Amino acid sequence: MAADASSPAPAGATDGGRRDGLWLAVLWVILSAVCCVLVYFVWGPHLPPGDQSNSAASQQFDIKVLGTIATPVIVGVLLYFGWALTFWRQKPGDETDAAPIHGNARIQVTWITVTSAIVLGLAVFGTYELIAPAGAGGGEGPQPIWKPAGTVTASDTSWSPGTKNILQVQVIGQQWAWTYRYPQFGGFETTQLELPVNEPVQFNVTSLDVIHSFWAYQLGVKADANPDVNNVAYTTPQHTGQFVVRCDELCGIWHGAMYNYGEVVSDSAFMTWAQQTRTQLAAVTKLLPPYALTYDPTDISNLGKVNQQLGLTGAGGGYYNPADPEQP
Amino acid sequence: MSLPARVTTLVIAFLAVVAGVLFVALHFIGSQPPVEDYTPYASGGQVNVFLQTDPQTTVTDKPDWVTYFIQDPQTKQWVHTTYFAVPANTKVNVTILGYDGCTPLRNPYWGKVTGTMGNVENVSYFNGKTYSASTPISSFNSYAQCSVQHTFAIPGLGLNVPVASPTTVSENNNLCSVSPCVADNSSGALAPHTVVKFSFMTPKAGGTFRWQCFIPCGGGYLDGNGGPMGTPGYMMGQMEVQA
Repeated sequence: MAADASSPAPAGATDGGRRDGLWLAVLWVILSAVCCVLVYFVWGPHLPPGDQSNSAASQQFDIKVLGTIATPVIVGVLLYFGWALTFWRQKPGDETDAAPIHGNARIQVTWITVTSAIVLGLAVFGTYELIAPAGAGGGEGPQPIWKPAGTVTASDTSWSPGTKNILQVQVIGQQWAWTYRYPQFGGFETTQLELPVNEPVQFNVTSLDVIHSFWAYQLGVKADANPDVNNVAYTTPQHTGQFVVRCDELCGIWHGAMYNYGEVVSDSAFMTWAQQTRTQLAAVTKLLPPYALTYDPTDISNLGKVNQQLGLTGAGGGYYNPADPEQP
Repeated sequence: MSLPARVTTLVIAFLAVVAGVLFVALHFIGSQPPVEDYTPYASGGQVNVFLQTDPQTTVTDKPDWVTYFIQDPQTKQWVHTTYFAVPANTKVNVTILGYDGCTPLRNPYWGKVTGTMGNVENVSYFNGKTYSASTPISSFNSYAQCSVQHTFAIPGLGLNVPVASPTTVSENNNLCSVSPCVADNSSGALAPHTVVKFSFMTPKAGGTFRWQCFIPCGGGYLDGNGGPMGTPGYMMGQMEVQA
Protein backbone atom coordinates (compact mmCIF):
# COMPACT_ATOMS: atom_id res chain seq x y z
CA MET A 1 0.00 0.00 0.00
CA ALA A 2 1.38 3.35 -0.91
CA ALA A 3 -0.17 5.40 1.90
CA ASP A 4 1.95 7.90 3.78
CA ALA A 5 2.79 6.63 7.27
CA SER A 6 2.48 10.10 8.70
CA SER A 7 -1.04 10.52 7.41
CA PRO A 8 -2.66 7.09 7.10
CA ALA A 9 -5.60 6.73 4.78
CA PRO A 10 -8.96 5.94 6.36
CA ALA A 11 -9.86 2.27 6.44
CA GLY A 12 -11.71 1.16 3.36
CA ALA A 13 -10.79 4.15 1.25
CA THR A 14 -7.69 4.59 -0.86
CA ASP A 15 -6.62 6.08 -4.13
CA GLY A 16 -9.05 8.47 -5.74
CA GLY A 17 -11.57 7.94 -2.98
CA ARG A 18 -12.32 4.40 -4.12
CA ARG A 19 -13.83 2.43 -1.28
CA ASP A 20 -11.80 -0.78 -1.57
CA GLY A 21 -13.34 -2.41 1.47
CA LEU A 22 -16.85 -1.97 0.16
CA TRP A 23 -15.91 -3.08 -3.33
CA LEU A 24 -14.16 -6.15 -1.97
CA ALA A 25 -17.08 -7.04 0.27
CA VAL A 26 -19.65 -6.70 -2.50
CA LEU A 27 -17.59 -8.61 -5.02
CA TRP A 28 -16.82 -11.29 -2.46
CA VAL A 29 -20.49 -11.83 -1.62
CA ILE A 30 -21.53 -12.00 -5.28
CA LEU A 31 -18.67 -14.26 -6.37
CA SER A 32 -19.07 -16.50 -3.34
CA ALA A 33 -22.76 -16.94 -3.97
CA VAL A 34 -22.19 -17.82 -7.61
CA CYS A 35 -19.27 -20.15 -6.90
CA CYS A 36 -21.06 -21.90 -4.02
CA VAL A 37 -23.97 -22.71 -6.32
CA LEU A 38 -21.57 -23.98 -8.99
CA VAL A 39 -19.56 -26.08 -6.53
CA TYR A 40 -22.60 -27.69 -4.93
CA PHE A 41 -24.88 -28.22 -7.90
CA VAL A 42 -22.54 -28.44 -10.91
CA TRP A 43 -19.27 -29.86 -9.60
CA GLY A 44 -20.75 -31.66 -6.61
CA PRO A 45 -22.44 -34.57 -8.42
CA HIS A 46 -19.09 -35.40 -10.03
CA LEU A 47 -17.05 -35.39 -6.86
CA PRO A 48 -15.59 -38.69 -5.64
CA PRO A 49 -16.48 -41.36 -4.76
CA GLY A 50 -19.81 -41.02 -6.61
CA ASP A 51 -23.11 -42.38 -5.44
CA GLN A 52 -23.03 -46.10 -6.19
CA SER A 53 -23.84 -46.86 -2.56
CA ASN A 54 -25.42 -45.00 0.31
CA SER A 55 -22.04 -44.63 2.02
CA ALA A 56 -20.46 -43.29 -1.17
CA ALA A 57 -23.33 -40.84 -1.60
CA SER A 58 -22.92 -39.81 2.02
CA GLN A 59 -19.23 -39.16 1.49
CA GLN A 60 -19.94 -37.23 -1.68
CA PHE A 61 -22.47 -35.08 0.20
CA ASP A 62 -19.89 -34.39 2.91
CA ILE A 63 -17.32 -33.33 0.34
CA LYS A 64 -19.90 -31.14 -1.38
CA VAL A 65 -20.76 -29.43 1.90
CA LEU A 66 -17.13 -28.95 2.90
CA GLY A 67 -16.28 -27.72 -0.58
CA THR A 68 -19.14 -25.25 -0.50
CA ILE A 69 -18.10 -23.98 2.93
CA ALA A 70 -14.51 -23.59 1.73
CA THR A 71 -15.52 -21.77 -1.43
CA PRO A 72 -16.06 -18.29 0.12
CA VAL A 73 -12.70 -18.57 1.85
CA ILE A 74 -10.92 -19.45 -1.37
CA VAL A 75 -12.82 -16.77 -3.27
CA GLY A 76 -11.93 -14.21 -0.62
CA VAL A 77 -8.23 -15.05 -0.70
CA LEU A 78 -8.05 -15.01 -4.48
CA LEU A 79 -10.11 -11.85 -4.74
CA TYR A 80 -7.96 -10.02 -2.20
CA PHE A 81 -4.83 -11.29 -3.95
CA GLY A 82 -6.05 -10.09 -7.34
CA TRP A 83 -7.22 -6.77 -5.95
CA ALA A 84 -3.84 -6.16 -4.31
CA LEU A 85 -2.00 -7.01 -7.50
CA THR A 86 -4.22 -4.71 -9.53
CA PHE A 87 -4.79 -1.65 -7.35
CA TRP A 88 -2.24 -1.70 -4.58
CA ARG A 89 0.90 -2.01 -6.61
CA GLN A 90 3.88 -0.05 -5.39
CA LYS A 91 4.50 2.99 -7.53
CA PRO A 92 8.01 3.68 -8.88
CA GLY A 93 10.08 5.53 -6.30
CA ASP A 94 7.55 5.02 -3.54
CA GLU A 95 9.37 3.36 -0.62
CA THR A 96 7.01 4.36 2.17
CA ASP A 97 5.52 1.80 4.48
CA ALA A 98 1.87 1.04 4.94
CA ALA A 99 -0.18 2.46 7.77
CA PRO A 100 0.30 0.48 11.01
CA ILE A 101 -2.63 -1.39 12.48
CA HIS A 102 -2.78 -1.63 16.26
CA GLY A 103 -5.52 -4.10 16.84
CA ASN A 104 -9.22 -4.06 16.29
CA ALA A 105 -11.35 -5.66 18.95
CA ARG A 106 -14.38 -5.93 16.72
CA ILE A 107 -12.47 -7.77 14.03
CA GLN A 108 -10.83 -10.07 16.58
CA VAL A 109 -14.10 -10.97 18.24
CA THR A 110 -15.76 -11.50 14.91
CA TRP A 111 -12.88 -13.69 13.69
CA ILE A 112 -12.83 -15.87 16.81
CA THR A 113 -16.60 -16.18 16.88
CA VAL A 114 -16.97 -17.11 13.24
CA THR A 115 -14.09 -19.58 13.13
CA SER A 116 -15.22 -21.20 16.39
CA ALA A 117 -18.72 -21.55 15.05
CA ILE A 118 -17.41 -23.12 11.84
CA VAL A 119 -15.17 -25.60 13.69
CA LEU A 120 -17.84 -26.60 16.19
CA GLY A 121 -20.43 -26.82 13.45
CA LEU A 122 -18.20 -29.07 11.40
CA ALA A 123 -17.58 -31.25 14.45
CA VAL A 124 -21.31 -31.74 14.93
CA PHE A 125 -21.85 -32.21 11.20
CA GLY A 126 -18.99 -34.72 10.94
CA THR A 127 -20.19 -36.71 13.92
CA TYR A 128 -23.72 -36.88 12.55
CA GLU A 129 -22.44 -37.88 9.12
CA LEU A 130 -20.42 -40.68 10.69
CA ILE A 131 -23.25 -42.05 12.80
CA ALA A 132 -26.26 -41.65 10.50
CA PRO A 133 -24.94 -43.75 7.58
CA ALA A 134 -23.73 -46.53 9.93
CA GLY A 135 -20.08 -45.69 9.98
CA ALA A 136 -20.12 -44.09 6.53
CA GLY A 137 -18.50 -47.13 4.95
CA GLY A 138 -15.52 -47.16 7.28
CA GLY A 139 -14.29 -50.11 9.29
CA GLU A 140 -15.82 -50.06 12.77
CA GLY A 141 -13.78 -52.83 14.33
CA PRO A 142 -15.10 -56.19 15.56
CA GLN A 143 -17.90 -54.66 17.67
CA PRO A 144 -19.56 -52.07 15.43
CA ILE A 145 -21.53 -49.41 17.25
CA TRP A 146 -23.54 -48.17 14.30
CA LYS A 147 -25.48 -50.62 12.16
CA PRO A 148 -27.76 -49.95 9.20
CA ALA A 149 -31.21 -49.08 10.48
CA GLY A 150 -33.80 -51.82 10.19
CA THR A 151 -31.32 -54.66 9.69
CA VAL A 152 -30.60 -57.67 11.82
CA THR A 153 -28.34 -60.67 11.58
CA ALA A 154 -31.21 -63.12 11.59
CA SER A 155 -29.19 -65.93 10.02
CA ASP A 156 -25.53 -66.55 9.36
CA THR A 157 -26.30 -69.49 7.11
CA SER A 158 -28.97 -68.26 4.72
CA TRP A 159 -30.04 -65.08 3.00
CA SER A 160 -32.71 -63.98 0.60
CA PRO A 161 -33.45 -60.57 -0.93
CA GLY A 162 -35.95 -58.19 0.58
CA THR A 163 -35.55 -59.30 4.18
CA LYS A 164 -34.08 -57.50 7.15
CA ASN A 165 -31.41 -60.18 7.35
CA ILE A 166 -28.21 -58.44 6.32
CA LEU A 167 -25.98 -60.01 3.66
CA GLN A 168 -22.65 -61.14 5.08
CA VAL A 169 -19.54 -60.96 2.91
CA GLN A 170 -16.16 -61.83 4.32
CA VAL A 171 -13.20 -60.06 2.76
CA ILE A 172 -9.89 -61.91 3.11
CA GLY A 173 -6.65 -60.13 2.29
CA GLN A 174 -3.50 -62.06 1.51
CA GLN A 175 -0.33 -61.20 -0.28
CA TRP A 176 -1.35 -60.26 -2.95
CA ALA A 177 -4.98 -60.94 -3.67
CA TRP A 178 -8.47 -60.49 -2.28
CA THR A 179 -10.82 -63.41 -1.82
CA TYR A 180 -14.42 -63.29 -0.58
CA ARG A 181 -16.46 -65.77 1.42
CA TYR A 182 -20.25 -65.88 1.49
CA PRO A 183 -21.20 -67.70 4.71
CA GLN A 184 -24.92 -67.53 3.96
CA PHE A 185 -24.35 -69.52 0.77
CA GLY A 186 -22.47 -72.47 2.15
CA GLY A 187 -19.30 -70.51 2.89
CA PHE A 188 -17.85 -70.69 -0.59
CA GLU A 189 -14.77 -68.59 -1.31
CA THR A 190 -14.12 -66.81 -4.59
CA THR A 191 -12.08 -64.05 -6.15
CA GLN A 192 -15.30 -62.45 -7.45
CA LEU A 193 -17.14 -59.84 -5.41
CA GLU A 194 -20.79 -59.67 -6.41
CA LEU A 195 -23.38 -57.66 -4.48
CA PRO A 196 -27.15 -57.21 -4.86
CA VAL A 197 -28.47 -53.71 -5.41
CA ASN A 198 -30.45 -51.97 -2.67
CA GLU A 199 -29.61 -54.65 -0.10
CA PRO A 200 -27.58 -53.77 3.02
CA VAL A 201 -24.23 -55.55 3.13
CA GLN A 202 -21.97 -56.29 6.06
CA PHE A 203 -18.30 -56.69 5.15
CA ASN A 204 -16.25 -58.72 7.60
CA VAL A 205 -12.70 -57.75 6.71
CA THR A 206 -9.66 -59.74 7.84
CA SER A 207 -6.22 -60.81 6.67
CA LEU A 208 -4.23 -64.01 6.52
CA ASP A 209 -0.83 -62.36 6.76
CA VAL A 210 0.08 -58.68 6.97
CA ILE A 211 -2.05 -55.55 7.21
CA HIS A 212 -4.00 -54.78 4.05
CA SER A 213 -6.83 -52.31 3.53
CA PHE A 214 -10.01 -53.16 1.67
CA TRP A 215 -11.00 -50.15 -0.41
CA ALA A 216 -14.07 -50.53 -2.60
CA TYR A 217 -13.68 -47.10 -4.11
CA GLN A 218 -17.02 -46.46 -5.82
CA LEU A 219 -18.87 -47.99 -2.87
CA GLY A 220 -17.17 -45.64 -0.43
CA VAL A 221 -16.10 -48.58 1.71
CA LYS A 222 -12.68 -48.70 3.28
CA ALA A 223 -11.64 -50.97 6.13
CA ASP A 224 -8.23 -52.17 7.23
CA ALA A 225 -7.65 -55.91 6.96
CA ASN A 226 -5.68 -57.01 10.01
CA PRO A 227 -4.66 -60.58 10.80
CA ASP A 228 -6.69 -62.02 13.70
CA VAL A 229 -9.11 -59.07 13.62
CA ASN A 230 -12.62 -58.86 12.17
CA ASN A 231 -13.16 -55.31 10.94
CA VAL A 232 -16.82 -54.67 10.13
CA ALA A 233 -18.04 -52.15 7.57
CA TYR A 234 -21.50 -51.56 6.13
CA THR A 235 -22.92 -50.24 2.92
CA THR A 236 -25.99 -50.47 0.74
CA PRO A 237 -25.33 -50.41 -3.02
CA GLN A 238 -27.75 -48.08 -4.79
CA HIS A 239 -26.84 -48.55 -8.44
CA THR A 240 -25.78 -51.54 -10.50
CA GLY A 241 -22.39 -51.51 -12.15
CA GLN A 242 -18.74 -52.28 -11.68
CA PHE A 243 -16.51 -50.96 -8.93
CA VAL A 244 -12.82 -51.31 -8.25
CA VAL A 245 -11.33 -52.89 -5.14
CA ARG A 246 -7.82 -51.86 -4.17
CA CYS A 247 -5.48 -52.49 -1.30
CA ASP A 248 -4.83 -49.18 0.44
CA GLU A 249 -2.12 -50.29 2.84
CA LEU A 250 1.42 -50.84 1.61
CA CYS A 251 1.68 -54.59 1.96
CA GLY A 252 4.68 -55.76 -0.05
CA ILE A 253 6.20 -55.76 -3.47
CA TRP A 254 2.94 -56.46 -5.35
CA HIS A 255 0.84 -54.07 -3.29
CA GLY A 256 0.23 -51.96 -6.36
CA ALA A 257 -1.12 -54.96 -8.25
CA MET A 258 -3.44 -56.04 -5.45
CA TYR A 259 -6.73 -55.01 -6.98
CA ASN A 260 -9.70 -56.49 -8.74
CA TYR A 261 -13.22 -55.52 -9.70
CA GLY A 262 -16.54 -56.11 -8.05
CA GLU A 263 -20.02 -55.73 -9.44
CA VAL A 264 -23.40 -54.64 -8.15
CA VAL A 265 -26.17 -56.57 -9.85
CA SER A 266 -29.91 -57.07 -9.49
CA ASP A 267 -31.28 -59.30 -6.75
CA SER A 268 -32.18 -62.04 -9.20
CA ALA A 269 -28.79 -61.91 -10.93
CA PHE A 270 -27.06 -62.07 -7.57
CA MET A 271 -29.05 -65.07 -6.43
CA THR A 272 -28.36 -66.86 -9.69
CA TRP A 273 -24.64 -66.12 -9.44
CA ALA A 274 -24.46 -67.14 -5.79
CA GLN A 275 -26.22 -70.44 -6.33
CA GLN A 276 -24.17 -71.29 -9.41
CA THR A 277 -20.89 -70.35 -7.76
CA ARG A 278 -21.80 -72.34 -4.68
CA THR A 279 -22.31 -75.40 -6.84
CA GLN A 280 -19.23 -74.85 -8.97
CA LEU A 281 -16.96 -74.38 -5.96
CA ALA A 282 -18.44 -77.12 -3.81
CA ALA A 283 -15.36 -79.31 -4.18
CA VAL A 284 -12.94 -76.66 -2.96
CA THR A 285 -15.35 -75.36 -0.32
CA LYS A 286 -15.00 -78.71 1.41
CA LEU A 287 -11.28 -78.06 1.76
CA LEU A 288 -11.73 -74.67 3.39
CA PRO A 289 -11.62 -74.27 7.16
CA PRO A 290 -15.04 -73.75 8.77
CA TYR A 291 -16.28 -70.22 8.33
CA ALA A 292 -14.90 -67.99 11.06
CA LEU A 293 -14.51 -64.27 11.51
CA THR A 294 -10.71 -64.59 11.56
CA TYR A 295 -8.22 -67.24 10.56
CA ASP A 296 -4.87 -67.81 12.20
CA PRO A 297 -2.72 -69.83 9.82
CA THR A 298 -0.69 -71.14 12.73
CA ASP A 299 -3.84 -72.49 14.34
CA ILE A 300 -5.78 -73.89 11.40
CA SER A 301 -6.57 -77.40 12.40
CA ASN A 302 -4.53 -80.05 10.67
CA LEU A 303 -2.10 -77.46 9.34
CA GLY A 304 1.14 -79.27 8.83
CA LYS A 305 -0.29 -82.27 10.64
CA VAL A 306 0.24 -84.55 7.73
CA ASN A 307 3.76 -83.28 7.34
CA GLN A 308 4.53 -83.78 11.01
CA GLN A 309 3.05 -87.25 10.91
CA LEU A 310 5.25 -87.98 7.95
CA GLY A 311 8.24 -86.78 9.91
CA LEU A 312 9.30 -84.29 7.29
CA THR A 313 12.29 -82.24 8.23
CA GLY A 314 12.10 -79.59 5.53
CA ALA A 315 9.01 -77.49 4.93
CA GLY A 316 5.61 -78.51 6.23
CA GLY A 317 4.28 -75.81 8.49
CA GLY A 318 7.74 -74.46 9.12
CA TYR A 319 6.93 -71.46 7.00
CA TYR A 320 4.22 -70.46 9.45
CA ASN A 321 6.42 -70.44 12.51
CA PRO A 322 5.12 -67.59 14.69
CA ALA A 323 8.62 -67.22 16.11
CA ASP A 324 9.88 -65.98 12.75
CA PRO A 325 11.68 -63.82 12.02
CA GLU A 326 14.24 -64.98 14.52
CA GLN A 327 16.00 -61.64 14.22
CA PRO A 328 13.22 -59.03 14.05
CA MET B 1 40.84 -26.65 9.06
CA SER B 2 41.62 -24.37 6.17
CA LEU B 3 39.00 -23.25 3.71
CA PRO B 4 40.34 -25.39 0.81
CA ALA B 5 40.40 -28.43 3.09
CA ARG B 6 36.82 -27.83 4.19
CA VAL B 7 35.66 -27.39 0.63
CA THR B 8 37.47 -30.53 -0.44
CA THR B 9 35.93 -32.49 2.44
CA LEU B 10 32.49 -31.21 1.56
CA VAL B 11 32.88 -32.12 -2.10
CA ILE B 12 34.13 -35.61 -1.25
CA ALA B 13 31.27 -36.16 1.16
CA PHE B 14 28.77 -34.99 -1.42
CA LEU B 15 30.21 -37.27 -4.08
CA ALA B 16 30.15 -40.19 -1.64
CA VAL B 17 26.47 -39.64 -0.97
CA VAL B 18 25.72 -39.38 -4.70
CA ALA B 19 27.69 -42.56 -5.36
CA GLY B 20 25.78 -44.36 -2.64
CA VAL B 21 22.43 -43.29 -4.04
CA LEU B 22 23.43 -44.32 -7.54
CA PHE B 23 24.64 -47.70 -6.29
CA VAL B 24 21.35 -48.39 -4.54
CA ALA B 25 19.34 -47.21 -7.53
CA LEU B 26 21.26 -49.23 -10.08
CA HIS B 27 22.00 -52.30 -8.01
CA PHE B 28 18.68 -52.86 -6.28
CA ILE B 29 16.07 -50.90 -8.16
CA GLY B 30 17.40 -50.82 -11.69
CA SER B 31 18.37 -54.46 -11.93
CA GLN B 32 15.93 -57.20 -12.76
CA PRO B 33 16.24 -60.83 -13.70
CA PRO B 34 16.78 -61.65 -17.35
CA VAL B 35 13.72 -62.20 -19.54
CA GLU B 36 13.45 -65.55 -21.28
CA ASP B 37 11.81 -64.71 -24.58
CA TYR B 38 9.67 -67.58 -25.90
CA THR B 39 8.01 -65.40 -28.52
CA PRO B 40 10.17 -66.46 -31.50
CA TYR B 41 9.59 -70.12 -30.62
CA ALA B 42 5.80 -70.06 -30.98
CA SER B 43 4.35 -71.97 -33.89
CA GLY B 44 0.85 -72.99 -34.87
CA GLY B 45 -0.62 -70.66 -32.27
CA GLN B 46 1.17 -72.46 -29.45
CA VAL B 47 4.33 -72.07 -27.43
CA ASN B 48 5.92 -74.38 -24.86
CA VAL B 49 7.29 -72.89 -21.63
CA PHE B 50 9.39 -74.85 -19.12
CA LEU B 51 9.88 -73.97 -15.46
CA GLN B 52 11.10 -75.77 -12.38
CA THR B 53 10.85 -75.20 -8.64
CA ASP B 54 13.84 -75.85 -6.44
CA PRO B 55 14.09 -76.15 -2.66
CA GLN B 56 17.24 -74.04 -2.70
CA THR B 57 19.15 -71.58 -4.86
CA THR B 58 22.73 -72.71 -4.76
CA VAL B 59 23.60 -70.61 -7.79
CA THR B 60 23.14 -67.37 -5.83
CA ASP B 61 24.22 -65.92 -2.52
CA LYS B 62 20.84 -66.97 -1.09
CA PRO B 63 21.32 -70.74 -1.09
CA ASP B 64 18.51 -71.42 1.40
CA TRP B 65 15.85 -69.60 -0.61
CA VAL B 66 13.34 -71.60 -2.62
CA THR B 67 13.10 -70.52 -6.21
CA TYR B 68 11.81 -70.96 -9.72
CA PHE B 69 14.05 -71.48 -12.74
CA ILE B 70 13.06 -70.98 -16.39
CA GLN B 71 14.56 -72.91 -19.26
CA ASP B 72 16.20 -70.88 -21.98
CA PRO B 73 14.27 -71.82 -25.16
CA GLN B 74 17.41 -71.68 -27.30
CA THR B 75 20.15 -73.24 -25.18
CA LYS B 76 17.84 -75.42 -23.06
CA GLN B 77 19.85 -74.33 -20.04
CA TRP B 78 18.01 -73.54 -16.80
CA VAL B 79 18.29 -69.84 -16.03
CA HIS B 80 17.71 -68.34 -12.61
CA THR B 81 14.91 -65.96 -13.49
CA THR B 82 11.15 -65.61 -13.22
CA TYR B 83 10.64 -63.27 -16.16
CA PHE B 84 9.48 -64.63 -19.47
CA ALA B 85 7.80 -63.39 -22.62
CA VAL B 86 5.15 -65.08 -24.76
CA PRO B 87 3.10 -63.90 -27.74
CA ALA B 88 -0.46 -62.64 -27.40
CA ASN B 89 -3.50 -64.73 -28.29
CA THR B 90 -1.46 -67.90 -28.06
CA LYS B 91 -1.92 -71.20 -26.30
CA VAL B 92 0.84 -71.50 -23.73
CA ASN B 93 1.74 -75.07 -22.79
CA VAL B 94 3.51 -74.91 -19.46
CA THR B 95 5.59 -77.69 -17.91
CA ILE B 96 6.73 -77.26 -14.33
CA LEU B 97 9.21 -79.69 -12.82
CA GLY B 98 8.42 -79.57 -9.12
CA TYR B 99 11.50 -80.47 -7.13
CA ASP B 100 10.46 -79.02 -3.75
CA GLY B 101 8.72 -80.81 -0.88
CA CYS B 102 5.15 -80.40 0.31
CA THR B 103 3.76 -77.56 2.40
CA PRO B 104 0.13 -76.83 3.35
CA LEU B 105 -1.44 -73.87 1.63
CA ARG B 106 -2.09 -70.95 3.90
CA ASN B 107 -5.43 -70.53 2.18
CA PRO B 108 -6.81 -73.87 0.97
CA TYR B 109 -8.77 -71.98 -1.69
CA TRP B 110 -5.60 -71.87 -3.78
CA GLY B 111 -5.69 -75.66 -3.94
CA LYS B 112 -8.16 -75.38 -6.80
CA VAL B 113 -6.92 -75.27 -10.37
CA THR B 114 -8.44 -72.31 -12.21
CA GLY B 115 -7.86 -70.53 -15.47
CA THR B 116 -6.27 -73.44 -17.31
CA MET B 117 -7.86 -75.21 -20.23
CA GLY B 118 -10.35 -77.58 -18.68
CA ASN B 119 -9.53 -76.15 -15.25
CA VAL B 120 -7.15 -79.05 -14.67
CA GLU B 121 -3.44 -79.73 -14.53
CA ASN B 122 -1.85 -83.01 -15.53
CA VAL B 123 0.54 -84.45 -13.00
CA SER B 124 3.13 -87.19 -13.24
CA TYR B 125 5.16 -88.27 -10.22
CA PHE B 126 8.80 -89.34 -10.39
CA ASN B 127 9.82 -91.33 -7.32
CA GLY B 128 13.51 -91.43 -8.14
CA LYS B 129 13.18 -94.40 -10.43
CA THR B 130 10.08 -94.26 -12.59
CA TYR B 131 7.44 -91.80 -13.74
CA SER B 132 3.79 -92.44 -13.01
CA ALA B 133 1.20 -91.94 -15.70
CA SER B 134 0.10 -88.33 -16.09
CA THR B 135 -3.34 -87.78 -14.57
CA PRO B 136 -5.61 -84.72 -14.61
CA ILE B 137 -6.21 -83.07 -11.23
CA SER B 138 -8.61 -80.21 -10.51
CA SER B 139 -7.98 -79.57 -6.80
CA PHE B 140 -5.60 -80.53 -4.00
CA ASN B 141 -6.20 -80.99 -0.30
CA SER B 142 -2.87 -79.89 1.09
CA TYR B 143 -4.10 -80.29 4.67
CA ALA B 144 -4.97 -83.94 4.48
CA GLN B 145 -2.27 -84.97 2.06
CA CYS B 146 1.32 -84.16 1.33
CA SER B 147 0.43 -82.93 -2.11
CA VAL B 148 1.37 -79.32 -2.88
CA GLN B 149 4.70 -77.51 -2.82
CA HIS B 150 4.03 -74.11 -4.42
CA THR B 151 1.57 -72.43 -6.73
CA PHE B 152 1.94 -70.74 -10.08
CA ALA B 153 -0.69 -68.01 -10.15
CA ILE B 154 -1.36 -65.12 -12.52
CA PRO B 155 -4.15 -63.23 -10.73
CA GLY B 156 -4.70 -60.90 -13.67
CA LEU B 157 -5.75 -63.86 -15.80
CA GLY B 158 -7.55 -65.78 -13.08
CA LEU B 159 -4.91 -68.50 -13.41
CA ASN B 160 -4.04 -70.59 -10.36
CA VAL B 161 -2.08 -73.83 -10.55
CA PRO B 162 -0.99 -75.65 -7.40
CA VAL B 163 2.34 -77.31 -8.11
CA ALA B 164 2.06 -80.91 -6.99
CA SER B 165 4.78 -82.24 -4.72
CA PRO B 166 6.36 -85.62 -4.10
CA THR B 167 4.13 -87.42 -1.63
CA THR B 168 6.14 -89.85 0.47
CA VAL B 169 8.44 -89.35 3.42
CA SER B 170 11.48 -90.75 1.70
CA GLU B 171 10.92 -88.62 -1.38
CA ASN B 172 10.42 -85.45 0.64
CA ASN B 173 13.50 -86.13 2.73
CA ASN B 174 15.65 -86.79 -0.33
CA LEU B 175 14.95 -83.76 -2.42
CA CYS B 176 17.31 -82.28 -4.94
CA SER B 177 20.10 -80.48 -3.12
CA VAL B 178 21.84 -78.56 -5.88
CA SER B 179 20.09 -76.14 -8.20
CA PRO B 180 19.09 -76.17 -10.93
CA CYS B 181 17.77 -79.64 -10.27
CA VAL B 182 18.66 -81.37 -13.50
CA ALA B 183 20.38 -84.10 -11.61
CA ASP B 184 21.24 -84.62 -8.00
CA ASN B 185 24.95 -84.05 -8.02
CA SER B 186 25.60 -86.33 -5.10
CA SER B 187 24.22 -89.38 -6.82
CA GLY B 188 24.18 -88.35 -10.41
CA ALA B 189 20.52 -89.32 -10.65
CA LEU B 190 17.33 -87.32 -10.87
CA ALA B 191 15.83 -86.45 -7.51
CA PRO B 192 12.15 -87.15 -6.77
CA HIS B 193 9.93 -84.57 -8.40
CA THR B 194 6.65 -83.99 -10.17
CA VAL B 195 5.91 -83.04 -13.75
CA VAL B 196 3.01 -80.59 -13.88
CA LYS B 197 1.55 -79.71 -17.26
CA PHE B 198 -1.22 -77.27 -18.12
CA SER B 199 -2.24 -74.88 -20.87
CA PHE B 200 -3.81 -71.46 -20.97
CA MET B 201 -4.49 -68.75 -23.55
CA THR B 202 -2.73 -65.43 -23.45
CA PRO B 203 -4.95 -62.39 -23.95
CA LYS B 204 -5.33 -60.85 -27.40
CA ALA B 205 -3.87 -57.58 -26.21
CA GLY B 206 -0.33 -57.30 -24.94
CA GLY B 207 0.62 -56.44 -21.42
CA THR B 208 2.66 -57.37 -18.41
CA PHE B 209 1.16 -59.83 -15.96
CA ARG B 210 2.69 -60.51 -12.60
CA TRP B 211 2.72 -64.03 -11.29
CA GLN B 212 3.47 -65.39 -7.88
CA CYS B 213 3.39 -68.31 -5.49
CA PHE B 214 0.53 -68.23 -2.98
CA ILE B 215 2.28 -70.42 -0.44
CA PRO B 216 4.27 -68.11 1.82
CA CYS B 217 7.50 -70.03 1.47
CA GLY B 218 10.01 -67.49 2.68
CA GLY B 219 11.26 -69.63 5.52
CA GLY B 220 12.69 -67.62 8.41
CA TYR B 221 10.79 -64.47 7.49
CA LEU B 222 7.72 -63.08 9.21
CA ASP B 223 4.82 -65.35 8.29
CA GLY B 224 6.91 -66.67 5.42
CA ASN B 225 6.20 -63.63 3.29
CA GLY B 226 9.65 -62.12 2.97
CA GLY B 227 12.81 -63.19 1.20
CA PRO B 228 12.07 -65.23 -1.90
CA MET B 229 8.37 -64.32 -1.79
CA GLY B 230 9.15 -60.68 -2.30
CA THR B 231 12.18 -60.82 -4.53
CA PRO B 232 11.98 -60.93 -8.33
CA GLY B 233 13.72 -64.00 -9.67
CA TYR B 234 12.66 -66.37 -6.90
CA MET B 235 8.97 -67.02 -6.17
CA MET B 236 7.38 -64.22 -8.14
CA GLY B 237 7.91 -62.70 -11.53
CA GLN B 238 6.36 -61.29 -14.64
CA MET B 239 4.96 -62.64 -17.87
CA GLU B 240 5.21 -60.23 -20.76
CA VAL B 241 2.56 -60.80 -23.38
CA GLN B 242 3.75 -59.34 -26.67
CA ALA B 243 1.06 -58.27 -29.12
